[in-house]
Amino acid sequence: MAAVQETVEQVRAIDVDAYKYGFVTEIESEKAPKGLNEDIVRFISAKKSEPAWLTEWRLEAYRRWLTMTEPTWARVDYPKIAYDDLYYYSAPKNAPGPKSLDEVDPELLRTYEKLGIPLREQEVLAGVEPKNRVAVDAVFDSVSVATTFKAELAKAGVIFCPISEAVHSHPELVKKYLGSVVPQSDNFFATLNSAVFSDGSFVYIPPGVRCPMELSTYFRINEKNTGQFERTLIIADKGSYVSYLEGCTAPKRDENQLHAAVVELIALEDAEIKYSTVQNWYPGDSEGKGGIYNFVTKRGDCRGARSKISWTQVETGSAITWKYPSCILRGEGSSGEFYSIAISNGRQQVDSGTKMIHLGRNTTSRIISKGISAGHSQNTYRGQVSAHRKATGARNFTNCDSLLIGDKCGAHTVPYIEANNASAVFEHEATTSKISEDQLFYCMQRGLSGEEATALIVNGFVRDVLQHLPMEFAVEAQKLIAISLEGSVG
Amino acid sequence: MGAHPREITKAEHDLAAMFARTEATEVARDAFALFSTMGLPHRRVEAWHYTDLRAKLGDIAPLAKAPSAELVGQVASELDAASVSAARIVFVDGRFVAGASRLSALPAGVRVGESDAVPVWPEVARDEPTIALNAAFAPSATVIEIAAGADVVAPIEIYSYVTAAAQTYARILVRVGAGVRATIVETHDGEGAGAHQKNSALIFEIGDDARVEHIARHVDESAEATHVASFAATLGARAQLDSFALVAGGALTRRQLYVRFDGDHARVGLRGAALLRGNQHCDTTLVVDHAALDCESRERFKHIVEDEATGVYQGKVIVRPGAQKTDGAMKSDAILLSESARMHNKPELEIFADDVVCGHGATVGALDDEQLFYLRARGLPKAEAETLLLEAFAGEVIEAVRDETMQEALRADAQAWLSERHS
Repeated sequence: MAAVQETVEQVRAIDVDAYKYGFVTEIESEKAPKGLNEDIVRFISAKKSEPAWLTEWRLEAYRRWLTMTEPTWARVDYPKIAYDDLYYYSAPKNAPGPKSLDEVDPELLRTYEKLGIPLREQEVLAGVEPKNRVAVDAVFDSVSVATTFKAELAKAGVIFCPISEAVHSHPELVKKYLGSVVPQSDNFFATLNSAVFSDGSFVYIPPGVRCPMELSTYFRINEKNTGQFERTLIIADKGSYVSYLEGCTAPKRDENQLHAAVVELIALEDAEIKYSTVQNWYPGDSEGKGGIYNFVTKRGDCRGARSKISWTQVETGSAITWKYPSCILRGEGSSGEFYSIAISNGRQQVDSGTKMIHLGRNTTSRIISKGISAGHSQNTYRGQVSAHRKATGARNFTNCDSLLIGDKCGAHTVPYIEANNASAVFEHEATTSKISEDQLFYCMQRGLSGEEATALIVNGFVRDVLQHLPMEFAVEAQKLIAISLEGSVG
Repeated sequence: MGAHPREITKAEHDLAAMFARTEATEVARDAFALFSTMGLPHRRVEAWHYTDLRAKLGDIAPLAKAPSAELVGQVASELDAASVSAARIVFVDGRFVAGASRLSALPAGVRVGESDAVPVWPEVARDEPTIALNAAFAPSATVIEIAAGADVVAPIEIYSYVTAAAQTYARILVRVGAGVRATIVETHDGEGAGAHQKNSALIFEIGDDARVEHIARHVDESAEATHVASFAATLGARAQLDSFALVAGGALTRRQLYVRFDGDHARVGLRGAALLRGNQHCDTTLVVDHAALDCESRERFKHIVEDEATGVYQGKVIVRPGAQKTDGAMKSDAILLSESARMHNKPELEIFADDVVCGHGATVGALDDEQLFYLRARGLPKAEAETLLLEAFAGEVIEAVRDETMQEALRADAQAWLSERHS
């Protein structure tokens, strides 16, 4: 059990409060004035020298947002957010447009080093090609600070750049696809995002291309009192494939910070997008002070026949999570997948799940969700599976299991299963239980400590999901799970 | 952005006008005031997500009149032929009618009375507008007391008979004493009554160690009937409740069940089958609240849906903090027999204790082609093969009914429905 021992030791080394990415980077930043109004929206747009159509698009969203009310149906409870008391734009000074990494503020590079994110492209050493290369787009508060491996990706025809850059370099693609999956007026948080979105990644994979490496974006909130509103847009053209990873961290702060992102995926005929997230925003301290409000709209559109979108998420951070990565299965024979591990500890509240909307014929979807609640946390799975009248032959399998550690936490399951035609076949199963005494006893009798035994059993519980993560992420996620559950065992 | 003032629908307006003309008791006035703050439930009300009562109740039928002596006599003689049980408590157009009942056949220790003081909300079902409406319009509640130690061998039948296309409200409270064993059958009959609107509430208070079986038959309802049936029960320690419902009649049937464990080591089984065709809409919504230690609940529902019909199942199992050793299992299965049949499932778990075993499952699909093929390969015609499979599907829940006479009767109901499919 060397691996388990290692995990447990790592956990111990991190001391009481386990969040290890809680440091602050001292860097000068440039902010928009506090609050939100049309001028701020124009300011953000101007900062990014956006074309007029986009400024207008943002303003339209902003005006719409003013008429909307914050949703209250989720099982989360938080004090009212003062939207006027936030900074909607913050950027490290001199950051926009460094020509190469040498121009990037060394403080920033150190930050990413500390986070374990390689921003320097690995050199090819003595003819040995490094095996698992990952191209990274690093987003710091409101701007993208660096994108790696751009040149090599360009050779394959892959466009991977900050969305603010794509607006200028590929306006036709942005204009065509932006808001086509998550419309401006989709929901309260998505509409706010449409008005003030800062940066995020843009990916386009041309027809028939298998993206030569994993793409990833690393989000970091650094500045105080700022909201982060990134927007990611990924388009996989006919017959292409891309695997995309997303990671997030934030400093420990006493106040809550808002993160309202929008992710749009578009898969055309025969294309496949695999989207993996390890979400580790600061969850707040054990008393529930501070932490990120993670209110995210993620949706994929399987537009073409036989296309496929797969969401994998490991959710360990954030004080409050409100997130439902979904698939619209429009193309005939398209398929959607959702694999999720949601862990809550301390005072965290998670309300997460997915939607599988079957519109096309012979569409299939699969949902595997594993929720683990510990401490005083509340963990809700909320999911919808629906088959349209014309979605003949639709098929879904859902499995959502919850594990409870301790008697002060809650685990809830709220599935909506809607079949509107007879040839739809839906299966749903869910279980809730605690770690069985027998399993613990078995492991401990063989020499594992209580914590090790729990970590081992939990890793077994989530294995179905972990195996869908890219390799590097799986290792990372496994460690994260152990850390998140630290202190939850008797 | 404050709450918008609620728009009053025509139906709500009519209800208010009708209520103003009744001689309301204090409870009824409170109840109507509570209803008025909520209004008729609609899609945005989570518990009514798939059944938009506000939209479906366009016109409100007039309130039913008290039955004439002539009508009572007619019903009594009709029931002597149809009723399943010797001991029966009869309601005609929502009102308890001693003259049509057979109270003399009730076993010793069972008493039937009336009360104006039954509170608006049953212990376990608060803030449900249709229950407030029931309390507002039910002239008074009928109270059935089964004293501790009473020996109730044969089923007691609560027979609810509707004769006109009117609104009827019945409110029945059953107090079951400690250690009692009883079977209560609830029969709804409204054939020929046209588009009547029924709102019934059956409230059980089940004492320690009592064992109750409840069977509801919604088979002979009028094809145009709207029926909101509320069922609420609290259970004492070691008590046991099994409730089964068969829905085959009615245009819109909403069954809402609320059960709470108040004592430890109790058990509940809620089961049902709905056989739907035409434009029928049947919604079963239930909440089982585990508030005590070591209780067990089983929820098992089957839907067979044909034509343009819609089945809805919403089940919620709550495990309160401290309700350790809870064992809960919920399952809803549906077979859709036509292109436009619909089924909506929402099986919910809400769990605040860790030492529990809870699970739920839901399936929706067409008849299994392989099973059909198997039977047809053995020489059964298609229609017969289908009937056999559907019978087995519904039979799985019907066989849980302990009272053998009732089990037979329910099987016969299901068979009758199935035989109409191919006629």
